[in-house]
Amino acid sequence: MALYKYESQVRPPLVDGNKTYHQITEDIVRPIEARPSKLWWTGFLISVALLCFGIFSVTREVIYGVGQWNLHKTVGWGWDITNFVWWVGIGHAGTLISAILLLFRQGWRTGVNRAAEAMTIFAVMCAGQFPIWHMGRVWMAFFVLPYPNSRGSLWPNFNSPLLWDVFAVGTYFTVSVLFWYCGLLPDLATVRDRAKLKWRKFFYGLTSFGWTGSTKHWQRHEYLSLILAGLATPLVLSVHTIVSFDFATSIVPGWHTTIFPPYFVAGAVFSGFAMVQTLLIITRKVFNLKEYITLEHIDVMNKIIVLTGSIVGIAYLSELFVAWYSQNPYEATAFMQDRANLFTPYGWAYYIMMSCNVLSPQVFWSRKMRRNLTVTFFMSVIVNIGMWFERFVIIVSSIYRDYIPSAWATYYSPSIWEVGFYLGTFGLFFTCYFLFSKFFPVIALAEIKHILKKSGDGFKEKMGEAEKEAPEAFAHEMAHAH
Amino acid sequence: MAIKRFVVGSFEEEPVLFRAVKKVRTAGYKLYDVFTPMPIHGLDKAMGLRETSIPTAGFIYGITGTTTALCGISYTLVYDWPLNIGGKPHFALPAWIPIMFELTVLFSAVGMVMTFCYLCQMAPFVRKHHFSPRSTDDRMVMVIECTEKTNEEELKTFLSQTGAEDVHVQNAETGWWLGSYSKNKKPFENPNTILA
Repeated sequence: MALYKYESQVRPPLVDGNKTYHQITEDIVRPIEARPSKLWWTGFLISVALLCFGIFSVTREVIYGVGQWNLHKTVGWGWDITNFVWWVGIGHAGTLISAILLLFRQGWRTGVNRAAEAMTIFAVMCAGQFPIWHMGRVWMAFFVLPYPNSRGSLWPNFNSPLLWDVFAVGTYFTVSVLFWYCGLLPDLATVRDRAKLKWRKFFYGLTSFGWTGSTKHWQRHEYLSLILAGLATPLVLSVHTIVSFDFATSIVPGWHTTIFPPYFVAGAVFSGFAMVQTLLIITRKVFNLKEYITLEHIDVMNKIIVLTGSIVGIAYLSELFVAWYSQNPYEATAFMQDRANLFTPYGWAYYIMMSCNVLSPQVFWSRKMRRNLTVTFFMSVIVNIGMWFERFVIIVSSIYRDYIPSAWATYYSPSIWEVGFYLGTFGLFFTCYFLFSKFFPVIALAEIKHILKKSGDGFKEKMGEAEKEAPEAFAHEMAHAH
Repeated sequence: MAIKRFVVGSFEEEPVLFRAVKKVRTAGYKLYDVFTPMPIHGLDKAMGLRETSIPTAGFIYGITGTTTALCGISYTLVYDWPLNIGGKPHFALPAWIPIMFELTVLFSAVGMVMTFCYLCQMAPFVRKHHFSPRSTDDRMVMVIECTEKTNEEELKTFLSQTGAEDVHVQNAETGWWLGSYSKNKKPFENPNTILA
């Protein structure tokens, strides 16, 4: 419509190649209809193998107890809670892309939002495993739910950040799934209407809920997406804030910090975008979607990585500054001695964190580096290693030396079953992602079609013509655009 | 739930569709619906559809969630089993804000999605008549309902003149029925007999 003319030519197109609506359908549905490649099978089987190892490790923990892990009285939270926070953090980018960027009207989100939302859901599924199995007697896990029971009724403590976590992560998972699935409905209907095979007609007919594409339904769908985005935006900020409350509301030096909520949220976005880059660089290559996930998308996400990486960097420095400025000996020991001193037992972890999270993303100030796929892929892995170490440093280095030296821990390192559990969640994550990429459209079809005539390659060229028109005619058309 | 007769035409370009919608409405034909593969902003207004009340529903579900959380926590921690935690007040509102917020969002989101599915009559195993398989691919399919007064031939010519392609007549069930998309079983075998 008339409004299409106003997309600036300065911005590069978001859909490359002169596409039509039908070509978009073809390109994105092709991987679903084709037989999976050898590469897909290899990746899938490796993931399933990891998942099986994870299940085995967890089974041992269930049978023999948490003693299978190297946790002890001083270091009660080790790899498990580190991994929990890490996975939850990764889960944040999907909602950020789909909700916050929707509210900010960022057109580029359409190419990447579907895969990022799926990643969110799988990451939160992985995250949820850790606190659940960490409970030890996991068959009692339902005790966290407030329901009238025969023990009193004994209620959970609603004043506890750990219970807030249950509600926050539970709500976040539910809302993410709803948001993702509502967006999928029209696209599943597209796959259904093209389907030739009987099982595909059945499966996509079942999952698309009888979507027809009626204008009234689209109107409701648009409003639903908008309001869900409006709800998900404070939600995504609240989730990592509440996760940070697990630490910030305690009185352990190194955890008892008011800076934690914004610092955790920035870190979550940072690691989440890194994981999105890792997955999308592989996805666009394997499924040949270079025209939909363009270098422009990669570039923009790298800008977010350098921004959030720098925010995290400022947070690290603020912590050190406040530890010094407060003149509190416990704070000073926690930050300056147990973390920043390279020659303490966990000093090495602090410097891995600093170099991976603060120093290395600075290469993305260069446009050339932001648009280099090899560098981006390498950096996306580095960033997630760094973010894992951030959580490890926060958790373990704050508690391994208790107040009295007699309670100082023996050096904590994970047992094979702790590592196995972590690897198992990778298995779960990638198994889910492989299945998703095989059976669901990895790019939001309807949304790409929606932006095609304003940001598509073939339509951008025509936009210069609008500027030649008389301004009055221009204004008139704007005012009367349906 | 009735079987009716419709004249169906497809459009390729949005501007043509918008002009056609305007013409069809001014000519006084009964515009049943337009099926599109993607959301087209402004089409609902052009068709004269009223605003949806989903946001209002979402707000009501949201405050229900807030109230549920506040009432539930107050009941358990103040009335049913008050615990003395360091002499702090039993009614500890600041500490309840996170859960009140989470339940607001949860109730609102779940409620809105369920309302959406109800209003659009969508669920697994729900089957509907689809006027054209291309309406989820690359064509905007306009459907005009035939009444007793409608001259079908005239309407077909009229629709072709507005720029529609592949104009034809279909008998279709307007409601939904239970079934799967792998079986092409229709609820009524001979639609012409039950024609409204």
